[in-house]
Amino acid sequence: MVTGKGGTGKTTVAAALALTLAAGGHRVLLVEVEGRQGIAQLFGIEPLPYEERKVAEAEGGGEVRALAVDPESALLEYLDRFYRLGAAGRALRRLGAIDFATTIAPGVRDVLLTGKVKEAATRTEGGHRVYRAVVLDAPPAGRIGRFLNVTTETARLAKVGPIKTQSEGVAALLRSPMTAVHLVTLLEEMPIQETADTLAELTELRLPVGKVIINAARPPLLVEGLVSQAELRAGLAAAGLPADPATVAGLHLETQDYLAREQLETRLRLEVAGLGRPVVELPLLPGGADRAGLATLAAALR
Amino acid sequence: MIGRYARVVADHFALDTDTILADPEVRIVVCCGAGGVGKTTTAAACALRAAEEHGRRTVVLTIDPARRLAQSLGLTELDNRPRLVKTAGDGELHAMMLDMKRTFDEVVEAHTNPERAKEIFANPFYQAMSSTFSGTQEYMAMEKLGQLRAEDRWDLIVVDTPPSRSALDFLDAPARLARFLDGRMLRLLLAPAKAGGRSMFRFVSASFSLFSRAVEKVIGGQLLRDLSGFVEALDSMFGGFRARAERTYRVLQHPQTAFLLVATPESDAIREACYFAERLVAERMPLAGLVLNRVHTTAVPGLSAADSLRAAEAIAESHPGAAAALRVHAELMQLVVREQRVTARFTRAFPAVPYVEVPALPTDVHDLDGLRSFFPAPPSATPAPTSPAPV
Repeated sequence: MVTGKGGTGKTTVAAALALTLAAGGHRVLLVEVEGRQGIAQLFGIEPLPYEERKVAEAEGGGEVRALAVDPESALLEYLDRFYRLGAAGRALRRLGAIDFATTIAPGVRDVLLTGKVKEAATRTEGGHRVYRAVVLDAPPAGRIGRFLNVTTETARLAKVGPIKTQSEGVAALLRSPMTAVHLVTLLEEMPIQETADTLAELTELRLPVGKVIINAARPPLLVEGLVSQAELRAGLAAAGLPADPATVAGLHLETQDYLAREQLETRLRLEVAGLGRPVVELPLLPGGADRAGLATLAAALR
Repeated sequence: MIGRYARVVADHFALDTDTILADPEVRIVVCCGAGGVGKTTTAAACALRAAEEHGRRTVVLTIDPARRLAQSLGLTELDNRPRLVKTAGDGELHAMMLDMKRTFDEVVEAHTNPERAKEIFANPFYQAMSSTFSGTQEYMAMEKLGQLRAEDRWDLIVVDTPPSRSALDFLDAPARLARFLDGRMLRLLLAPAKAGGRSMFRFVSASFSLFSRAVEKVIGGQLLRDLSGFVEALDSMFGGFRARAERTYRVLQHPQTAFLLVATPESDAIREACYFAERLVAERMPLAGLVLNRVHTTAVPGLSAADSLRAAEAIAESHPGAAAALRVHAELMQLVVREQRVTARFTRAFPAVPYVEVPALPTDVHDLDGLRSFFPAPPSATPAPTSPAPV
């Protein structure tokens, strides 16, 4: 499970993690559940249907397949599999029952989504697991606790019956060593605060927290301290660049801002370390998250 | 369509947020966009400016403010009522944080007698739905907006939108909830309850028996009974549910409302902004413009990243300090160029939508002073272009 505050790059990190886990000839499923088609956009392909499709090859012959789960299709599939409700399922849809079950009934939607993840994670073919791992581009940090804590919500409504059975099965898997919830953050105040809050919430819910992943971290540029305007002027002249006062003052200002920012980041890194979880840093991708960028991130996650 | 709040600056229409915030005709400002782009901060900054600079009695309705921003707005207690943050001459800034469960409770209390309300509150379905249903927050935000507007105490209401799974939920959820509470499925569930409740589907036709078996099997009998009780209890009071949702929707379409799209110059946020702009235009919602948040700028725009890196290499030994400064500049230039490229996806698709850039700050905004300096001094306007603007 990969979660984090909105805007921290969850989808990118989830895709990179899938590539990492698939490297060396494995098969990994990358799943999204929020109907955003973020995976398709990341890989530059057509919107994903409710079907597992190969989206990338990993190093050493592995492959990443992707699936966009929507609750309606998941419910119809579930009904068909367990109740053989082909025609009746369609009748339910006409009557608005599917709409009801997937949007109104609290928690049911989340059980369906996490239930599909469980199905893929535990699926076997000829005695072997189909997927080495399933990576979920999960809902953002603000909703992750509720999303993963499926039993509590549904247990309030269904004390017996299939919803209860299904949600208990999912909850058991989510709390087992097979699951890890990774938290993506940036070196910025608000995402780190939210990471700390989410960590506390997940711990309280006894959900297994994995790593804290700092995304878009800038490599240090070996700036020794603030360089004087005179040194700048001399350097620019030596390099054959314009050394007019505006350029010199501009570069001076930018270096000053950079150092202030770096000081802040040093403090924030300590804050992240203080969370007591293993930390991984992923570099900022100057060219954005294209294939080469994803490969860089995948290598950093290894 | 656009242009009421725009003026021409350099090559694009600059969004003039002050004109919006000062306009007495504008009574509602809705800030919307993807998660994590600074919607709440933008909403709070707009409200503070309207109160302090334009003397308006303003209330900002926040959904899920970061803790320190909430504290700076005096929102330490979640009591679902606007609280006075400060006065400035005629202007007043009030702020409130949405408590969706309490808002739902208040709707129930306002429309039914105390006994019935107690019954509804005790229903497990209501409990779950009022606190966790994925559309409840969106619906209640709109409900609260309707309430604030009805109070007629405010010159301007600034609304932050919920961090939805998709940016469209707050437009769709109220209608969906209304459709559900008003809809066929409920009538169906309700009919037997009204007929005595012995059998959920006693009177339904044979073609529905398949449906009833399916529902009972999948959802379970007990849940169905709770739901039926819930629906029955709500039926009397939510007769006009759809009407309320539609009224709110029409208020949003009215020119008294101004939608501010908030985005950062990053792929995801810009993509959402494009999607949202399309949708607002299609729904004939008054889109005032785009607030482009956290934009990086360079003090030396004429020096390219490639030239800087080449020069840094050349003087690395002789002038290490200057070389480092050039590497800093190169990194910043790369970022600036990338942000401009990403932003162009929006400006090319919506050339007539004005926008304003808010520079990136090293730290988050968490006090009134930070909110005050959120919008930079407006760029100076240039005379109207000689050729007609592509509006």
